[in-house]
Amino acid sequence: MHDSLFLLELGGVVLLLAVLARIATRYGFSPIPLYLLAGLAFGSGGVIPLVTAEAFIAAGAEIGLILLLFSLGLEYSARELVDALRSTAVTGAMDLILNCTPGFLAAIVLGWGFVPAVFLGGVTYISSSGVIARTLDDLGWMGNRETPLVLAILVLEDLVMAGFLPLATVLLVGGGAARVVVSIGVAVLVVVSVLFVAARWGPAISRAVFSRSDEALLLGILGLLLLTAGATEALNVSAAVGAFLAGIVFSGPAADRVRALRVPLRAVFAAVFFLFFGFKVDPGAIPAALPVAVALAAVGAGTKYLTGWWGARAAGIGRRGQIRAGSALIARGEFSVVIAGLGVAGGAEPDLGPIAATYVLLLAIAGPIAARIADRVTSSGPVRVG
Amino acid sequence: MAVVNEVALPGIGVRYDFTTEDGLRFGVIHHRTGERELVLYEREDPDTAHDFVRLGAEDARTLAELLGASQVAKDLAELEQGLEGLAVDRLPLGAGSPFDGLTIGDTGARTRTGVSVVAVLRPDGPHAAPGPTFGLVAGDVLVVVGTPRGIEDLALILRSG
Repeated sequence: MHDSLFLLELGGVVLLLAVLARIATRYGFSPIPLYLLAGLAFGSGGVIPLVTAEAFIAAGAEIGLILLLFSLGLEYSARELVDALRSTAVTGAMDLILNCTPGFLAAIVLGWGFVPAVFLGGVTYISSSGVIARTLDDLGWMGNRETPLVLAILVLEDLVMAGFLPLATVLLVGGGAARVVVSIGVAVLVVVSVLFVAARWGPAISRAVFSRSDEALLLGILGLLLLTAGATEALNVSAAVGAFLAGIVFSGPAADRVRALRVPLRAVFAAVFFLFFGFKVDPGAIPAALPVAVALAAVGAGTKYLTGWWGARAAGIGRRGQIRAGSALIARGEFSVVIAGLGVAGGAEPDLGPIAATYVLLLAIAGPIAARIADRVTSSGPVRVG
Repeated sequence: MAVVNEVALPGIGVRYDFTTEDGLRFGVIHHRTGERELVLYEREDPDTAHDFVRLGAEDARTLAELLGASQVAKDLAELEQGLEGLAVDRLPLGAGSPFDGLTIGDTGARTRTGVSVVAVLRPDGPHAAPGPTFGLVAGDVLVVVGTPRGIEDLALILRSG
């Protein structure tokens, strides 16, 4: 009886995601806000609490998180990380300072304390590479001069996450000062060694795992993923962080095959994760969170715009490219939700979930809209060729 | 060939672009997925792509084929132009020619007229690229390449030495 209920719920949930993905594709926008809304509506305390099994929600979110972070890590190769660091380090630092500060300060003002403030800072900081890559493609901006810069900023944010996630989870575990110092030391060691392995042997490992057979390839990846996740969990750095790091190691030139397999996998995992995050957030808490979330979204849109505008300017890109770079970066999405999810799971602050959910909802929608407006503003009327 | 810039697009692929003879900036994006994108930039603002065409892997091959084919046709036309001023002709070696029983080298075709004998046709088949020691007999037909003037001179020589 229990088993049939579980399967019925799972089937219903997946079908719902399919419908939402269709709607989003039809109208050409990101499905992330829809997944979140669906999670809010049908989760605990929602309008129609479809999903009743607590354990199911928890397990789903956990697996979704690991798989999503793994695919986020896969996004860029170690080579790309190093190149982006060389070319865009200053703008990347600006990005971090400008966009982390609002969340961090807001949490301090709200009296949340240091650790939750770090989490909210992470939530306001990071752009959504998924939403942004899609917007660039939809608007035909891939060829524009500012686009390599925008992508390099996204790569750097990924790199920052490789350090941020383990540190934040270590802070969450807490304990005495000595223990925190030791944990941070371990976390830093893990991240640095994984990045070193990725830069040094990433391609070799990828070659070793690569196989002409899809199942051998997928099983190989899955095995590596679970091993890394388990190892990091054993070191008290979240398994999700391990999954992310495994993704970075594996990204190298593991052939287009991996990428072709990755795209649909990533989309599915992301959908599941957003939905489950929505399930866990009580919609009743959203009205109270709304003022803070709206204020943070307004500031966050402004600071991201400033980051892109400044970076494009520093790179000698013209005025229109500056406007586009600024507006392209506004969208927030998967990583903000991931950070909030880790914080909520670790019991950082009950308001973190609703605020992050609302913030991401607002900016995942507003980002692509801002980019479309920028596209209108910067296109020069009638087309002239030759 | 024009100077081609190569720009990495992390997570996406690589963009190549160059400026056409016309002064128009033109780009090709290689997506990792195998998709190709052609990008045209605005004249006044080389930062901004104002139009793009998406090509699947198959479309990209078709386009490459089309561009390649027209290139080959153009090269052939150029080759023909390079041949202008040269003629190809067949000269028979009649009975009573002073070279019946002598060699191609004895005619002095190349040194006296600048004409090359590229083949000798006989009832038993063509003899391609005969050397100077190739023996001629009455009834041979010589395939020759040279200026029309040189060929005329050679025809006279073959008849009467």
